[in-house]
Amino acid sequence: MDNKVPSQDSLVSVRNLSFSRGDNKIFDDISLDFQRGKVTAIMGPSGTGKTTLLKLIGGQLFPEQGSIIVDGQNVHKLRRAELYNLRKRLGMLFQSGALLTDMSVYDNVAFPLREHSQLPESMIRTLVLMKLQAVGLRGARNLMPNELSGGMARRIALARAIALDPMMILYDEPFTGQDPISMGVLVHLIKSLNNILGLTSIIVSHDVHDTAAIADYIYVLSGGKIVGQGTPKEIQHSESEWVQQFMTGAADGPVHFHYPAKDYVDDLLSTGKRY
Amino acid sequence: MQHTSTQDTLVGLFVASGVVGLLFLAMQVSNLSSFVEEDTYTITARFENSGGLKIKSPVSAAGVKIGKVSSISLDPKTYESVVQMSIYSKYDTLPEDTTASIYTAGLLGEQYVNLDPGGSDEYLKMGGKIEITQSAIILEKAIGQFLFKSAEEKK
Amino acid sequence: MIRFLQHLGKNTRTSFTKLGRGTFFLLQAISGVPSVLPRPRLLLNQMYSVGVLSFLIITISGLFVGMVLGLQGFYTLSDFGAEESLGVMVAASLVRELGPVVSALLFAGRAGSALTAEIGLMKATEQLSGMEMMAVDPIKRIITPRFLAGLISMPLLAALFSAVGIIGGQIVGSGLLGVDEGAYWSQMQAGIDFHDDIINGVIKSIVFGFVASWIALFEGYDAIPTSEGVSRATTRTVVNSAFSILGLDFILTTLMFGDH
Repeated sequence: MDNKVPSQDSLVSVRNLSFSRGDNKIFDDISLDFQRGKVTAIMGPSGTGKTTLLKLIGGQLFPEQGSIIVDGQNVHKLRRAELYNLRKRLGMLFQSGALLTDMSVYDNVAFPLREHSQLPESMIRTLVLMKLQAVGLRGARNLMPNELSGGMARRIALARAIALDPMMILYDEPFTGQDPISMGVLVHLIKSLNNILGLTSIIVSHDVHDTAAIADYIYVLSGGKIVGQGTPKEIQHSESEWVQQFMTGAADGPVHFHYPAKDYVDDLLSTGKRY
Repeated sequence: MQHTSTQDTLVGLFVASGVVGLLFLAMQVSNLSSFVEEDTYTITARFENSGGLKIKSPVSAAGVKIGKVSSISLDPKTYESVVQMSIYSKYDTLPEDTTASIYTAGLLGEQYVNLDPGGSDEYLKMGGKIEITQSAIILEKAIGQFLFKSAEEKK
Repeated sequence: MIRFLQHLGKNTRTSFTKLGRGTFFLLQAISGVPSVLPRPRLLLNQMYSVGVLSFLIITISGLFVGMVLGLQGFYTLSDFGAEESLGVMVAASLVRELGPVVSALLFAGRAGSALTAEIGLMKATEQLSGMEMMAVDPIKRIITPRFLAGLISMPLLAALFSAVGIIGGQIVGSGLLGVDEGAYWSQMQAGIDFHDDIINGVIKSIVFGFVASWIALFEGYDAIPTSEGVSRATTRTVVNSAFSILGLDFILTTLMFGDH
């Protein structure tokens, strides 16, 4: 049914996916593969539905067409209980961190453990401290989420995402709005967690350089289509003008600087009309 | 945690005070307490007209509530109103020649049965009958009589 | 004209779909009850924010409403020489109507709006979504405990409101205006029926608690996840709760006290 056969070690494979919001076609028949144990990045300008893709993979949204297979299971054909079981093996890092604001950092990290395991509190404590140590914030355990900086909140959210030792973590714009130091910390964390824990990572981002630094494979999306794919090196040397503009950040190119409008001179000279 | 335990205490206090509020409404405000209270015995009185008397209207003697009306029906032969009253058993010394009248509390208040004890040595028992009764005063009738009388006097 | 009909049709359709979503939401919330009961801590925390935090406004308002009723009732009744009936008048107005209705309106304003804002903000900051991705059902974990807390707190708050109000009426009536204290209570006990008045009042407050919590939680859950969307949802909660409470009060009063 598709030109590409899913390879043996792909943990997530997206096949012929279409999804639209109103009249706006967000994905138009795209197919992607995410290799086990690798960091795969999805890049593209804002508004190309990168977050939507993560929600589709997590089963929070339903596609119009096509299928998403995660670890051999078709996400959208699962019954509720099965989907919830699958989600226990997925970690997701939201752009805002999505920490529960009425709980301390400690309780946030303990939350999935308390909800899903019958472990005694002493063991939960050990696990929580281990996860917090991994992100370097063991000392911040008694703070409330509103006392954290954006970068710290994301690191706590990361500790929470790995609390149940998932097989895969989905990162939604992990680098947006970070100062260089927290950015460096996050890049280092994502890479090392992936290697040490043997995770599979999917990063959605429009931050070209930092993502390219840790990704093993990159898909570039635009207008609902895949406009480029390959290893970071291949992407850098892509012949596609579009990909080049995106990677270098040129102001004009295939993506125009100007929003579509009628001729500038005509517009200025047509007096008498209000707009 | 200190914080949680004070919260729990406050929730406990809240629930307890809510329950106290409900109990207060049930026992102190409503007539629930008079339901569970004491046994009663029934006596009957016949009135020419029982006016606005209702089931549960109070029965009192010398201003003290001693029971309540338990049923009101029309005697199909004599066309009198038959009023049954439940009197608390602790007031079991009502003389046989007690008279019953229907009064109104205040000008527009509720109607109630007032018992005036007589002088007999025999007491009313369960199922006893009060022979001497005075009907409810019907306001329209009273006004009509008054006007009629004063017109008569003027002649 | 056609445009008006179109508009009307569209509005009808959107309100019906919203009602449908609301009903589905309610059923989900109720289906979560068995999973909340073994974890009383979830419920206790919500009883605090829904019940305890409404306690002060309810009791203080109840006291003042009762005192005003005592004052107004006394002036009206004394025209007819029936001041002795002040107790029954104050108690009947509170237990049947003002207790359940006013405390429900205050509850919608205090606890309901806070619930909507809380849930709406949780949605806007992706906390609900995040919970779903952690395989925790946000309806069972977040909505159901709050719903139960509202359902339990409302009758208690309404009873407190009435009780405090009756005491307030007594303070004014017999403390300031000289109605005999014994008459105040005995007339009340003679006039207020446990089943007809107290139980019906409690039923009313349970219904209002149900509706007010449902509206507040659903508006929060259904809010557009932006700061503007949440603030609009909060306003809608207060307005819709007030309408529903007053409308239902009329219907319930007709059913309960109609045959007297």
